[in-house]
Amino acid sequence: MAVKILTEHINVPGINTFDVYRKMGGYAAVEKALKKMTPEEIVEEVKKSGVRGRGGAGFPMGMKWSFLAKPEGVPRYLVCNADESEPGTFKDHFLMREIPHLLIEGMIVSSFALGANKSFIYVRGELMYVIQILEKAIAEAKAAGFLGKNILGSSYDLELVVQPGGGAYICGEETALLESLEGKRGNPRNKPPFPAVKGLYQSPTVVNNVESIANTPWIVNNGGDAYASLGVGRSTGTKLISASGHINKPGVYEIPLGITVEDFIYADEWCGGIRPGHHLKAVIAGGSSVPILPANLILNLANGDKRLMTYESLSDGGFATGTMLGSGGFIAMDETSCVVRNTWTFARFYHHESCGQCSPCREGTGWMDKVLERIEHGKGNMHDIDLLVDVAKKIEGNTICPLGDAAAWPVASAIRHFRDEFEWHVKHPQEATQPGAVYRGAMELV
Amino acid sequence: MENTAPQLFKITFDGIEIEVPPGTTIMQAARQLGPHYAPPAMCYYEPLKGTGGKCRACLVKVTAGSAKDPRPMPKLVPSCITTVQDGMVVENTTNESVLETRRGIVEFLLINHPLDCPVCDQAGECHLQDFAFEHGRVTTRYEEERRTFEKQDIGPYVQLHMTRCILCYRCVFTADQITNKRVHGVMNRGDHAEISTYIEKAIDNDFSGNVIDVCPVGALTDKTYRFKSRVWFSKPVEAHCDCEKCSGNVTLWYRGDEVIRVTARKNEWGEVKEFICNTCRFERKKTSDWTIEGPTKISRHSVIMANKYRADVKKPAFGLKVAEAQYKQIDDSRPYITDGTTIRELSKENNAKANQRSLAENN
Repeated sequence: MAVKILTEHINVPGINTFDVYRKMGGYAAVEKALKKMTPEEIVEEVKKSGVRGRGGAGFPMGMKWSFLAKPEGVPRYLVCNADESEPGTFKDHFLMREIPHLLIEGMIVSSFALGANKSFIYVRGELMYVIQILEKAIAEAKAAGFLGKNILGSSYDLELVVQPGGGAYICGEETALLESLEGKRGNPRNKPPFPAVKGLYQSPTVVNNVESIANTPWIVNNGGDAYASLGVGRSTGTKLISASGHINKPGVYEIPLGITVEDFIYADEWCGGIRPGHHLKAVIAGGSSVPILPANLILNLANGDKRLMTYESLSDGGFATGTMLGSGGFIAMDETSCVVRNTWTFARFYHHESCGQCSPCREGTGWMDKVLERIEHGKGNMHDIDLLVDVAKKIEGNTICPLGDAAAWPVASAIRHFRDEFEWHVKHPQEATQPGAVYRGAMELV
Repeated sequence: MENTAPQLFKITFDGIEIEVPPGTTIMQAARQLGPHYAPPAMCYYEPLKGTGGKCRACLVKVTAGSAKDPRPMPKLVPSCITTVQDGMVVENTTNESVLETRRGIVEFLLINHPLDCPVCDQAGECHLQDFAFEHGRVTTRYEEERRTFEKQDIGPYVQLHMTRCILCYRCVFTADQITNKRVHGVMNRGDHAEISTYIEKAIDNDFSGNVIDVCPVGALTDKTYRFKSRVWFSKPVEAHCDCEKCSGNVTLWYRGDEVIRVTARKNEWGEVKEFICNTCRFERKKTSDWTIEGPTKISRHSVIMANKYRADVKKPAFGLKVAEAQYKQIDDSRPYITDGTTIRELSKENNAKANQRSLAENN
């Protein structure tokens, strides 16, 4: 069995209560950190561990922490980004629901390392019951003396606040999240200044994903080197993958980074293969924002090697033949799924979720949505396909926040790899608009 | 070892070297070079804090970040909010990718714009018109239905046309920074985001009229001026009055002897430095209310300058004298035919010859 960092005790009955969690060795990291370590030592351990941000961008967490400005007399904040809204990703939701104390413990350790006395967990508003779970967990931790004033007699104070969001996808972007947390409209800010210098209430702030923070207790307990020994290269540790789509066993899996994609899809330990009688057509490896890849490219690199579940291997080949690990929303599609319809669904999502602040994203996402809707409904023209590519290119890289990129990549990659299917929709509108009609032309299935 | 830090940063903008104080943005540096060089700005408004970075019209390429770190910046950067570094090299109109992106931005701004310029009061002083004229393409690739909004009445003075809005947020910043109680902001998100007074409450405070001046398009226009004239039919004149609420420095727009509109004074970038109160803007529309200073200086190429000079204005004698001195009779000894019938006959002949020539060429 592979090492489990986050989900080791997930199946213990009652793990969501403080007593059971404590009995399984929980809050040991808080004791160790507050009594035996200095904040600098914890930051150093996290740096050594090489853990990368689990929210999607994959930026090394230790480096992010070390960028935090530390001016005198200004409070510093840690904000946990639990606004998980990416279609295809549901790992943070699972983690907070099943084992809330892991996040609380991580928040205490991380806040201590960063010198924050007030930390926030920003949860998306739809998950009201998760907010209640977290608040109950916080109350339990407070009663046990792990939160509040003078924690464990170390003269360190920490207040933990759970803040429900309004349910906008854009509030998962860190600066939009901070705006929303301040009670404003959730529009992303222009960067620089980065949150590490001017974040929440213009104070230095670190924003981390739930899974990233949940990793810190293990790193404190076992050391950064032990964490770095897991995984491959610069992709260290384990990663939660939300597997969905046409696989036999959908769900959240904690994988050691470095297993092959083929193993992940077909091994019984993980997804257990594609549903009987069907073949793999395409995979979206890291949530809806990352480029879609056809079956042969997701299993193998351009040079024929097996593709691994790591940050580097998945992005191998750039966007021509690669994709990204993103937030780990692994969506597998068999030959019964229509790529055009799927792309349109994503485009509709981004159209709906664009904040409307900068022009390329506000207008471009709506344009792509409408053109894709026409193609899907048999009213497309051949020049529409090139138009989509061009619009995607004009959005990409020209927006304030990465939502523009996230909207452009799925469209551009779907056309790059499945152009035949788009052309079939244009050329055979009668056939393509039948209920359940899917392109059955030449394509490589696995 | 040098003790003194450099007082000025040297940057290269489109191949021109200029020195600017630290903290200057690329846009401000380019504006020092003149209107011909400055990138277009649809949302940036210098007098309002916090504006910029939204329309992406001013994106430029930074090919060298600074003298210390001469790596190029990976993405195009918004010049209005990016501050200069010593030794920075910026490419604006000399970079093809910048121009290509700008064509895209115009297209994005126009796909949902109603293009009702013929009935729009802003036409002629509209930044979007200028921007599209300079950087846009002639035709549209947009075949979809344009988005529309439910009509909203935001009070007796200001007319809101939400379909024309490009969501620059300038009016929101104005309401925030100029007036003491902000009652309007942006509702909804994405391409259905709209400027709105919260729950359709009319804007009633003394400086609300300034949102008309800051609006780069015709989304917010003057209700008292609505459909009265076109910009190029009116004549701007600088004037002032003693006003207890504002500076009283305004531009009066005359048509004939009538003041049809009062606006704040705009500089060459279309920016208002001194905001004026609603009394000056909407109530004082008689010449006797004002002390006239003289005609407003307006760029010779602006459409506002059209119809400003009449043909019967006496021209200075200097030009005539020069012409007289340089006058030479043309030495032409060809016979001139003035008789109508001959001309008709000759042209028939010439036409026939031309037809034959083209037939021969085609065969």
